[in-house]
Amino acid sequence: MATIVGGVTSSHIPRVGMATSKRLFDEPYWKPFFDGYIAVREWMDRIKPDVAVVIYNDHGLNFFLDMIPTFAIGAAQTYDNEDEGWGLKTMPPVPGDAELSWHIIETLIAAEFDIAICQEMKVDHGLIVPIQVIWPDADAWPIQVVPVAVNMVQHPIPSAKRCFDLGRSIGDAIRSYPEDKKVVVFGTGGMSHQLQGQRAGFINKRFDLDFMEKLVHEPQTLTRLTTTDLIRDAGAEGVELIMWLTMRAAMGDKVNLLHSNYHAPISNTGTGVMLLEPAA
Amino acid sequence: MAWTKKDYDDIPGTFVFDGRRSQMGWPLNKMCMSFNAQANRDAFKNDVDGYCRTYDLTVDQTQAVKDMDALRLLELGGSIYYLAKLAGIYGLNMQDLGAQMRGISVDEFKEMLLAQGREEV
Repeated sequence: MATIVGGVTSSHIPRVGMATSKRLFDEPYWKPFFDGYIAVREWMDRIKPDVAVVIYNDHGLNFFLDMIPTFAIGAAQTYDNEDEGWGLKTMPPVPGDAELSWHIIETLIAAEFDIAICQEMKVDHGLIVPIQVIWPDADAWPIQVVPVAVNMVQHPIPSAKRCFDLGRSIGDAIRSYPEDKKVVVFGTGGMSHQLQGQRAGFINKRFDLDFMEKLVHEPQTLTRLTTTDLIRDAGAEGVELIMWLTMRAAMGDKVNLLHSNYHAPISNTGTGVMLLEPAA
Repeated sequence: MAWTKKDYDDIPGTFVFDGRRSQMGWPLNKMCMSFNAQANRDAFKNDVDGYCRTYDLTVDQTQAVKDMDALRLLELGGSIYYLAKLAGIYGLNMQDLGAQMRGISVDEFKEMLLAQGREEV
């Protein structure tokens, strides 16, 4: 049977991708950020997960506003990354595990989640940057992915509670997959940031740290946050944090926190990396 | 036809990209999506007015594009994720845009971010 071996949260800021490509790991601005990933890299080297189920959002690479699925799951053997328009280096295609994808899709639809199914899907920095920062030296990606794209661009976006419920079913799906696979679940994006308007540059460190703490032991309380709460307290683009909550729900009731690092700012954003494992 | 009042409308300095904004900004965001291709970025640079006409931008949207006026583009229905693709053509990143929208210098904007990171909580 497949097992969930861990859960990871990570920012997916494009400038992190740029800094990783340029290997700025020890520059004073970047060091407190990149040092936060050392423990995650060591854990990945030791545990060697086969598949990452990556909960992320597309920012206008695969999906345009003509058709925005609230939840979309990739079911391909490979996912291309492409030019997003503003200078981020295009990365090699990411291998998929289509059979696991279809098992997750079947389980979710049986659980009454009406998701979109994508047999061709381009993946943008929302998925690429977190795996790039964990495996900066890889010639080819050392992990397969199942992309789970959540609409964060076009409001109304799904609620925190809906994402939590979806995450729980994703966890059920992974644990009921008959093949022996080690699966790690990623929730990417966030933390607090606002890119737009006169409030651009808003970061809320207090909110971020509180969110990280609650995510471990009382994630249910975070499902009470409304979209408006999140926009106000985490910034307009900080709503991405509900993808962390989706990951957390997939992990099951109890988790152990193996590693955590918060650093602000990187670019316009508060950043957090966390590594969780399911607890007995 | 009516747009309902939203509880996020009162958050200061914030443009929530909902249906009202998305409908208004459709031609603008559609044009920005085309900038994922280098050939289209080049075509835009060669003839900004002509390129905006191809996508049926309004006169106001076209002017705001030429001015790269981020706040005006938001008011006219731009989504920040799509506007980022336009800003890239002008050689501007999200910190440049943030400073512009706040009406401060890029150095001041960066210092403001650093100060928030230093806050004791």
